[in-house]
Amino acid sequence: MTDKILSVKDLSINFGGLKAVDNVTFDIGRQEILGLLGPNGAGKTTCFNMISGVYKPTSGEIYLNGKRTDGMSPHQMAELGVGRTFQVVKPFSGLTVEENVIVSLGMPQYNKFIKSWKFWNTQANKKAAENILKTVGLDGEATVKAGLLPLGNLRKLEIARALALAPTLLLLDECFSGLRHEEIRIIEDLIRRIREQGVSILLIEHNMRVAMGISDRVVVLDHGRKLAEGTPSEVSADPAVIEAYLGKGETADVA
Amino acid sequence: MSIYMINVATQIIIQAIAACGLNIIVGHAGQISLGHAAFVGIGAYSNAMLTTAGGLTFWQALPISLLIVGLIGLLCGLPSLRVKEDFLAITTIGINFIVVAIFQYTPALGGALGIGGIPNVSFFGIELKARAFFWLCLLFLLAVLAISWFFTKSWLGLSCFAIREEETAASSMGVSPVRAKLSAFVLGTLMAGLSGILYAHYMKFISADSFTFPFSVTLLSIAVVGGLGTLFGPVVGAVVLGILPEVFRPLVDYRMFLYAALLLMMIRFLPGGLLGGSDLLSVKSLRKRKALPLKGGGKIDR
Repeated sequence: MTDKILSVKDLSINFGGLKAVDNVTFDIGRQEILGLLGPNGAGKTTCFNMISGVYKPTSGEIYLNGKRTDGMSPHQMAELGVGRTFQVVKPFSGLTVEENVIVSLGMPQYNKFIKSWKFWNTQANKKAAENILKTVGLDGEATVKAGLLPLGNLRKLEIARALALAPTLLLLDECFSGLRHEEIRIIEDLIRRIREQGVSILLIEHNMRVAMGISDRVVVLDHGRKLAEGTPSEVSADPAVIEAYLGKGETADVA
Repeated sequence: MSIYMINVATQIIIQAIAACGLNIIVGHAGQISLGHAAFVGIGAYSNAMLTTAGGLTFWQALPISLLIVGLIGLLCGLPSLRVKEDFLAITTIGINFIVVAIFQYTPALGGALGIGGIPNVSFFGIELKARAFFWLCLLFLLAVLAISWFFTKSWLGLSCFAIREEETAASSMGVSPVRAKLSAFVLGTLMAGLSGILYAHYMKFISADSFTFPFSVTLLSIAVVGGLGTLFGPVVGAVVLGILPEVFRPLVDYRMFLYAALLLMMIRFLPGGLLGGSDLLSVKSLRKRKALPLKGGGKIDR
C-alpha cells in the first residue's frame, strides 16, 4: 500500500440510469504522473469529482495513502492533501490573484473555528503566496483581480491555488485546453517541476500528444469503462484505443 | 440638532445596523436573504418580552435576546446549505412570513395588539432620552462596523468571499461551506437582532406589522443602494434611503414613485451600489481600478 498514493477500486457512479463511470480500477504511485485519457463523455472528470469528493460513488472504494476516502467532502479531501484544478476554470473572480492563493493557504492554519477569526492578511501568508505565484510564473500579477486574467494565466492560477494546499496528490483537469503551444510548454515544464518536489499527479488530458509526452503511465477510459492501461507507447499502439479515438478501420498515428 | 432630526437619525442608524448584518449574509457570503426583517423582529420581541413581562433591564435582556436570535439564525441558516439563489430567496421569504405569523397569533406575544410599555434604556441609573439614546445607537453602529471590518479581515471572512465567488472551487481549496455560511448567517442575524432590540426600546411599542416582508425588501434595498460587500455601504444606503422620504415629504403622494424610480436608476447605472460593487475594500480597489481601467464601465465580477 505504501508505494501507492491513491488506489481506486471498482469505482462506479450512476446518474439516474446512466452509468457514467463503470468499475474503474487504477493506482497512482508516488511521484508518478498518471494520465487519464479518453474521448468526450468517457467519465474522466466524473472520476476526478469522485476522487476529490465532489460526488459520492455509487459503489467502489477510493484509498488515499491506504486510508479510505470515498464519500468525504471536498474540503476534507483538500485537508488530506489532494489539490485540484477545474476543466472550466473557477477563479474567485472578485478577489485578487494573491487572495485567491491565500484562500488555499489558510486551510492548515485556520482549520479550527476559533483560529478562523485570525487575520489572513499577514506577512507570512503574503510571502508564501508570493513564492507560489513565482513557482507558477504569476509573480507581478498578485494584486490583479483574478477575473481580469487571460485564460493561460487563469490555468496557472488554478495550479497555484492547488499548490498552496501543499498537496501530496495533484489532480489536473485539462489544464492545457485552450492554450497556445508555448503556454502548453510552460505548463508542462511546471508540472514536471512540481513532480520533482515529491507530488504525485493525476492529469486528465484530451490532447493525446501532450498527455503521452508528459505521463509516466496512462489509463484510457471510454464510455465509463477502463479501456487500456500502460505506458504511453503501449497504449498508443493498442487497437482498442485507436478505435475509441478514431473509429474502426483508421490507422492514423495517434501518438 | 432638533429633536426631529435626532429621531430621523436614530431610525437611520437602527436600519443601518440591520443592513450591516444583511450585508454580511448577502454581500460577503453571497447567500441571498429576503427574510431579514424576521430576525429584527425576533430581537425586538425577545427584548420587549424580557423587559416587560420578564422584568429585566435592557442590559440584562440584551445578551439573552442576542443568544435567542443567534440560535434561531443558526437554524434558519441551515437551508442555505441545501438550497441556492432563487430557492434560498423563496425559503427566506417563507421564514419571514412564518415568524410574523407567530408574532401575530401567539397571545403571549401580545397577538395583533403587539407589546407596549417597553421601558427606556437606562445607563447606570440614568434614563437615556432621545438624544442620549441616539448616541447609544451610534455607539452600537460603530461596534457593528468594527465587527464587520474585523470579519472581512479574518480568515473566516476570506473563506466567505471564496464561497460567494465560486462555491465548488472554494470547498476544493479546503473551505468548509458549512462553517462559512453558518457563521455569516449567525453574525448577520445577530446584527439584525441588535437592530430590533434598539428599535423596540426606541419605539416603546412593537407589533408584528413592523417586521413584515416589505421591511426585508427595504433592508435589501439599503444594502444594494449603498453597495453590497462594502464596509460602509449599508450606512450610506440607510442614510440615503432614510433621508429621501423626509426630503420628498412635500411630494407625499409621489413618494413611493420617486423611491421606486431611484431604485431602478441605481440598478441601471450603478449596479454595484454607491460605494462600488462587490469590491471588498472599496477605497483600495477604486485606486486599483484607476490604475487598471476596464472596458465598458469595468464590472467583471459576478
